[in-house]
Amino acid sequence: MIQIQNVHKSFGSLEVLKGIDLDVQKGEVVSVIGGSGSGKSTLLYCINAIEDIQQGRIVVDEIDVHAKGTNQDKLRQKLGMVFQQWNSFPHLTVLENASLAPRIVSKLSRKEAVEIAKKELNHVGLGDKFDEYPTRMSGGQQQRLAIARALAMKPDYMLFDEVTSALDPELVGEVLDTLRMLRDDGMTMICVTHEIAFAREVSNKVAFFHQGVIEEMGPPEQVIANPQKEATKKFLSKVLH
Amino acid sequence: MEYEFHWNIVFQKMPQLLSGAFVTLHVSVLSMLIGIAIAVLLAIAKMSDSKMLSLPATLWVEIARNTPALFQIYMAYFGLGAFGIHLSPYTAVLSALVFVNAGYLTETFRGGFQSIPKTQYSASKSLGMNSIQIYRYIILPQMFRRIYHPMTNQFVWSILMSSLGILVGMNELSGETQRLQSLSFRTLEFFMVAAVMYYLITKFVLFSTSLVSRKLFKGDI
Amino acid sequence: MMGSSFFTPLSWNDSGFILTGVLNTVYISLVAIIIGTLLGLAVGFIRAEANKFTNTLLGGVLDILRSVPLIIQLILFSTYIGAIGYPLDPFVTGTIILSLYTMAFMSEVFRGGFESVQQSMITAGRSLGMSYWQTVAHVRLPIGLRAVFPSWLGVALSVIKDSALVSVIGYMELLRTSEQLISRTQQPLEILIGVGIFYFIVSYPLSLYGKYVERKMAT
Repeated sequence: MIQIQNVHKSFGSLEVLKGIDLDVQKGEVVSVIGGSGSGKSTLLYCINAIEDIQQGRIVVDEIDVHAKGTNQDKLRQKLGMVFQQWNSFPHLTVLENASLAPRIVSKLSRKEAVEIAKKELNHVGLGDKFDEYPTRMSGGQQQRLAIARALAMKPDYMLFDEVTSALDPELVGEVLDTLRMLRDDGMTMICVTHEIAFAREVSNKVAFFHQGVIEEMGPPEQVIANPQKEATKKFLSKVLH
Repeated sequence: MEYEFHWNIVFQKMPQLLSGAFVTLHVSVLSMLIGIAIAVLLAIAKMSDSKMLSLPATLWVEIARNTPALFQIYMAYFGLGAFGIHLSPYTAVLSALVFVNAGYLTETFRGGFQSIPKTQYSASKSLGMNSIQIYRYIILPQMFRRIYHPMTNQFVWSILMSSLGILVGMNELSGETQRLQSLSFRTLEFFMVAAVMYYLITKFVLFSTSLVSRKLFKGDI
Repeated sequence: MMGSSFFTPLSWNDSGFILTGVLNTVYISLVAIIIGTLLGLAVGFIRAEANKFTNTLLGGVLDILRSVPLIIQLILFSTYIGAIGYPLDPFVTGTIILSLYTMAFMSEVFRGGFESVQQSMITAGRSLGMSYWQTVAHVRLPIGLRAVFPSWLGVALSVIKDSALVSVIGYMELLRTSEQLISRTQQPLEILIGVGIFYFIVSYPLSLYGKYVERKMAT
């Protein structure tokens, strides 16, 4: 499980996370919603140690992420992350994109790495695109590649940072379908998202971020359908016009 | 190390070195001015639809860009002799520099011109501007910003390449240095001072052109 | 025979001599390009990654190499080593200076290449568990180098042309051999045109290839 305890994070003099407490159990799907600049994406970057924290603790499967002795490269193998701008490696084919990390990080043989990559690529529906270059594909396909690439590392947790926000509307569906599939597979997921309806449908828990803190948290029936706090109500009314 | 440095003689001859530096500067400036003028014509010729214009222009550009500057100088100084044309060292170096500058600048101008999106034309046209206004207020100012940096580089290149005048007995900085050191046998000292002078000239040119660019471009593009 | 006893015209016997010149030009250019590229890669990487102090220091040195004419650097270096009593073969001297000169330009090219790789790409690599050096080897190098290939080619082509200057310190590359032939045969035009054609044939196809790659990368 992931335990986030009283996490504070600043960029220079700007404090972006002002004391976040959040637990994510194995198999849970947690959606994080909120306005821009509320710190949602930053939290994800703190979980997989791309960003550091000034105060508090993040513990993943009993490993303190930001402790001195922690091997962060190794830790990131447990945490798969998918970004808003997919960030596919342009100089590699789809298959190479997905098999690179298993090969050089997990130190698998080329054969094993390719097998795993193919399995995940098939799983997300890119089975016919192994030798294609990412830049020739649509955003939705590249995003699914990014998901397969992260899955190929066999992570225990998946972190999604607004993975549909940069997509043309007609491509959003295929990516959300992939996320639903992962949920059905039992993957533990933290999704930062603007897709409120989707969050309501798939999540066990929804956290509403407002000005650096979790303003309201609970099951989607409560947070989205029946918000208690003013800020939550205001946000949802703006988003669900 | 058995070599003893004697700097006095160099400082005594400083006026002559400076006059050499002056020649370096004016041959470079001249080569840029003439080169720019020719490059404008060549760029227009290269972009035209008529093969009669674009082919010779392309020939000039490609020869200038694919052969060494020293070769150009030798052609001007020795090669033309076969046609009975005997140029002075200064003119030979100048012609060579003009030839090469015109070649490179043509590509710079052409690239700068063609890099301006066609949408700029449509936008200005729909505002009611005529061709002359479009070029004057929209196209040429944008072009200028894009070619400014390559042009400064070409100028610095001219200054550095003028040093090849040493090989044809020209009186620019290197040639003067050569002449003076051969009279006094203080080779190392003279060439070290020449190196420092080139460095200072180059730094000065880069500094002043960047100052000018800051004034002219005030933070846009 | 009218006054031609001093000058002997160009003959086929001279082709061996010219060929030596050609080979020497190719040889020194290749060596300088290889050494310049390797050093430039290292220096470019250091400059992209290092702190401000190292960067400025290195930058200053490279600046000097790019702001003093090559011919002056050649003369200065060969005079200096002669003066301190360790004269070197013209090929070695020429290679050292030409390689350093090339490195100065290559390092700028590669520094730009490294810096052009978007942070997000590197973050993606790290999120997959790659170590720092793995991101350098598998993300920054392949993407950065591909991006600057045209510029690298441009510098390499300049080296081929600049190699002509090594003739100044006595290296018998092509232009120098042609000089000697000219003074013997007094046929400057034919020889120079031949030399020009050689440089053109080497340089032009490569420059076309560079433009082709540039166009492909733009799509």
